[in-house]
Amino acid sequence: MSGTNGQWPLYEIFVRSKRGLNHVHVGSLRAADDRMALTHARDLYTRRNEGVSIWAMRSDGIAASTPDEKDPFFEPSGDKIYRHPTFYDIPADVPHI
Amino acid sequence: MPSSTSSSPDGADERLQEQFDRTIARDQRVEPRDWMPDGYRKTLIRQIAQHAHSEIIGMQPEGDWITRAPSLRRKAILFAKVQDEAGHGLYLYSAAETLGADREDLVERLISGRQKYSSIFNYPTPTFADVGVIGWFVDGAAICNQVPLCRSSYGPYARAMVRVCKEESFHQRQGYELLMTMMRGTEEQRAMVQDAVDRWWWPSLMMFGPPDDDSPNSARSMAWRIKRHSNDELRQRFVDMTVPQAGKLGVTLPDPELRWNEERGRHDFGTPDFTELMRVIKGDGPCNAERIGRRRAAHEEGAWVREAAAAHAAKQARREEQEKEHAA
Repeated sequence: MSGTNGQWPLYEIFVRSKRGLNHVHVGSLRAADDRMALTHARDLYTRRNEGVSIWAMRSDGIAASTPDEKDPFFEPSGDKIYRHPTFYDIPADVPHI
Repeated sequence: MPSSTSSSPDGADERLQEQFDRTIARDQRVEPRDWMPDGYRKTLIRQIAQHAHSEIIGMQPEGDWITRAPSLRRKAILFAKVQDEAGHGLYLYSAAETLGADREDLVERLISGRQKYSSIFNYPTPTFADVGVIGWFVDGAAICNQVPLCRSSYGPYARAMVRVCKEESFHQRQGYELLMTMMRGTEEQRAMVQDAVDRWWWPSLMMFGPPDDDSPNSARSMAWRIKRHSNDELRQRFVDMTVPQAGKLGVTLPDPELRWNEERGRHDFGTPDFTELMRVIKGDGPCNAERIGRRRAAHEEGAWVREAAAAHAAKQARREEQEKEHAA
């Protein structure tokens, strides 16, 4: 399968640096298929033991929020300060809270 | 992330321009899908593409020595180093793609000579000492240039630079160690190191580009915080860093004007021949035609591999599709 104008499609690469941590986006690469994306990702992004696991995902399969509507999109969380623990006044002499 | 090429012309949307200016002023990062002025996008694509091309072409001068390295140890090191250069090129091409540049188009621009790469890679590597001096000078100069770029205002470029800088330190150290080993060798080997130092010193100083008063795009790039320091400042840092290393190694840097300036607390040094720099950039260096010719040949001779991989991927996708239909 190839992307636009015959190029190999673009993949986004996520690497888990060690067990217990999330996969983190490290960059992208072009590959003809999923398998090649993984082997290329290994050669490109883990030449020095940077990872124990790799996810490769076609870039055109990612749904993303747009920066233009950043403010309205995230607005619902902006005014709910009672979601934070510091919203609540607790006397200093109450232990373990 | 998928890139977006849409942007309003400069000044057409003041609100977006203000947002962008604020991001730069606060020293925050610009990210791929943010609005940015066309000039910023174009400048970045040009700079990142040239940087990527330099890494890719930079594989050649040292790559020539892989089959002739004097020991398995040196061969393995050189292999790893040249592979890193390929990796650096690929990080950078991906960063350029986040700005809407097209990968195929970038390759085409390189092999047709429409886009440039660092002038330094147009010099030949006639002896094995050149491998050491390239690591020491050329990768050392690259470190001076690239460390500040880790704080460049464009996020994907800065992140690619962080990765590159981590790896570049190995390049510089393997070069210096190689030279130390040769300096402990025969008289002939020491002469070989000095000869390589003599040939690479001035071209390495030219890597920082024209002097500040003759560098038309510098001021704008600095205002946009794509660049953090001027060409002359980076050149000075490189000289100050390298002089004591040369002393330890026991070689002489070929500049009669080079001396410590107590008052400035920095070294004074001679002016590189910038007409040579311009000549080499324009295509008239010792190896320009050879470098581009080889890159073009590799691209053309690799076409069948790319086509076969695409055909295989298409066949696999069809097969999976059929299996799904059977299962349904």
